[in-house]
Amino acid sequence: MSDTDLINMQKKRGLRENDNLRLFLTALLAIALSLLVAVFVMWATGVEPRNFFKALLRTYTGLDPAKAGTDQFFRPRYLGEFLQMSLPLILTGLALGFGQQCGLFNIGAEGQVIAGILGANLVAILIPIQNRSLAVLAVIAAGLFGALWALIPGLLKAYMGISEVVTTIMFNYIIFYLSNAVLKSLPGSNPQRTVDLPENAMLSSNWLREITGNSRLHWGIVVVAAAIICYNLILNHTSFGYEIKACGSNRDAAAYAGIKVRSRIVYSMMISGLFAGLAGACLALGTFRYGRILQGFENYGFDGIAVGLLGGTKGVGILLAGLLMGGLRSGQPLMQAERVPLEIAQIVSALIVLFVAMQKGVEILGDYMARKRMSEKMAENKTAQASEEGGK
Amino acid sequence: MDLFISMFVLALIYSTPIIIASLGALFSERSGVVNIAIEGIMTIGGFVAATVIVFTQDSLGNFSPWLSVLLAGVAGTVFSLIHAVISIDLQGDQTISGTALNMLAPALGIYLCQIIFNQQRTEIFRRGFVKVSVPGLSEIPVLGDLLFKQIYPTFYLAVFLVIFSYVLLWKTPFGLRLRAAGEHPSAVDSLGISVRKLRYTGVLISGFLGGLAGGIMVLTQSTQFTATSIHGMGFIAIAALIFGRWNPWGVLGAGFFFGFSQIFGIYSRDIPLLANIPKEVFQALPYALTVIALLFFSGKDAAPKSVGIPYKAGQ
Repeated sequence: MSDTDLINMQKKRGLRENDNLRLFLTALLAIALSLLVAVFVMWATGVEPRNFFKALLRTYTGLDPAKAGTDQFFRPRYLGEFLQMSLPLILTGLALGFGQQCGLFNIGAEGQVIAGILGANLVAILIPIQNRSLAVLAVIAAGLFGALWALIPGLLKAYMGISEVVTTIMFNYIIFYLSNAVLKSLPGSNPQRTVDLPENAMLSSNWLREITGNSRLHWGIVVVAAAIICYNLILNHTSFGYEIKACGSNRDAAAYAGIKVRSRIVYSMMISGLFAGLAGACLALGTFRYGRILQGFENYGFDGIAVGLLGGTKGVGILLAGLLMGGLRSGQPLMQAERVPLEIAQIVSALIVLFVAMQKGVEILGDYMARKRMSEKMAENKTAQASEEGGK
Repeated sequence: MDLFISMFVLALIYSTPIIIASLGALFSERSGVVNIAIEGIMTIGGFVAATVIVFTQDSLGNFSPWLSVLLAGVAGTVFSLIHAVISIDLQGDQTISGTALNMLAPALGIYLCQIIFNQQRTEIFRRGFVKVSVPGLSEIPVLGDLLFKQIYPTFYLAVFLVIFSYVLLWKTPFGLRLRAAGEHPSAVDSLGISVRKLRYTGVLISGFLGGLAGGIMVLTQSTQFTATSIHGMGFIAIAALIFGRWNPWGVLGAGFFFGFSQIFGIYSRDIPLLANIPKEVFQALPYALTVIALLFFSGKDAAPKSVGIPYKAGQ
């Protein structure tokens, strides 16, 4: 085998390195390292890490080992709550992922979720429809509000070259205050909340509630399933999706190939915002029963960054990462009850993003090892050749 | 006139942390590293300053706020070290790393509040910085009222830091090298000067100034540290850097601009024309103005040429 063969083999391996198994292993590594650091933080601050994991176990499985043998041993309500908390996070993960495919870093999901919540609340409170179609309309409004809130940062990025990172962050704050002002001014609102939303606008489902021991699990499950399918369809099976990914990997090359790069950037931002807006629909129409005047950011968008990055911007990956983060979030009350400060969950989610950012470092290390292996092999080849020649 | 003077003085107070944090971002970006973690660094600084002052206000008196913001700067430096390692040595994505730190900072701050104070905020401190009037200068008509009467000494610190940054970055060999690392790192490298060290210095200085700014913000604008104490001022500081064309004097002007935009919400009730507009509109105003400012000053020509690009020797 000649040196060029070896190098080609190395290149092929490099291509294969992008496959799903590798993404999965990197994600597992990021999770493991994050938990390790979190355990260290708890240990250093005199908190019992075992209680943290006990709370997580109860959240993810509904099982409470302390109550083994009684009818309290398995409580499906925990499972239902864990799923319902995952729904908005999967959607904000899709939002981050879709932007990333086009090379955009949409930190604005936080604000686009708030825009979605606002849209859903406005439709539910102001439009006098008496049947279930109101819920459908409210979901659509939420998606549209999210998409529209991403429109301006998209335009600024595409046509003026202004970084979407700074503008979407500013848009988070703007919609935070504006939506509070609008919700407060609705008929019947007080400084804390709006009136209760009409029952026919809600995504709630008696059936889902009953089979999960009275949890808040709702029809948002269908919205999320549809969103994941659309995400995969658009990106992997349409020329539009192909163009978006082309813009993401090399904008100049995409423009040279005749792709309308600017319009693709705007559309990507809007679709990203649409997913975030749908997360708002899940929260407004499923999790809560009335519009809330927010006191601060609730981090559904920021946790979505962790979900999207951890999921490797792939549909299935984002689903799994969303479930992981959903459990981490819905377990917070249990953690606090076990005398573990609930912020530990946020610390873990931030650490996951941090370790994903370090990925390149892991790759550099991997490349170094591979190069070392390769040069060893080349040296072996040379000695083998030398001995062959010597044999002649 | 009295209303204008009190608005002006308050605007100076509100612009102080923006200017200092923006100078921090200046050092980092001039050396070639994007640092959107300034928001998180300020949050850590705010937490540390509020905690230190709670424990030292009785024993140290007027020295206590200074010690608090100094330690806030030290904490910011340590926190920014994470960003430095990821951006410089691990060649990671600087935006993602910064975002992670922005997520980590409030979580860590409030977690530690729960450990130390058993609540999701620090205890309330009795008194942060004390307002001063400069003897002599405060007697000057108008100007004395605007700049030298009943103002926090931290404002003068901010002005000093602007001058200091200008001299350091534009009048010393170190400053020339640091700026060169952000423009043409390979040229710096070819002279045998370590780009890595320069960039570490830039990020760590930004950590110190960011932590200092966060501490000053909490000790002049709040009575305790909460999860929303910094509410986006770190991001506005980055906008001030762009608006100010990556230059200390520009940062000073942009800092004033954003400081002013902050206080309209506070005074809107006293201005007849504005009294009927919901206060949320004014609260959203600084962020909206930031976007508009970026619209007019977005030219990339002023940004350091190699900012955000990891430097690999030998390429």
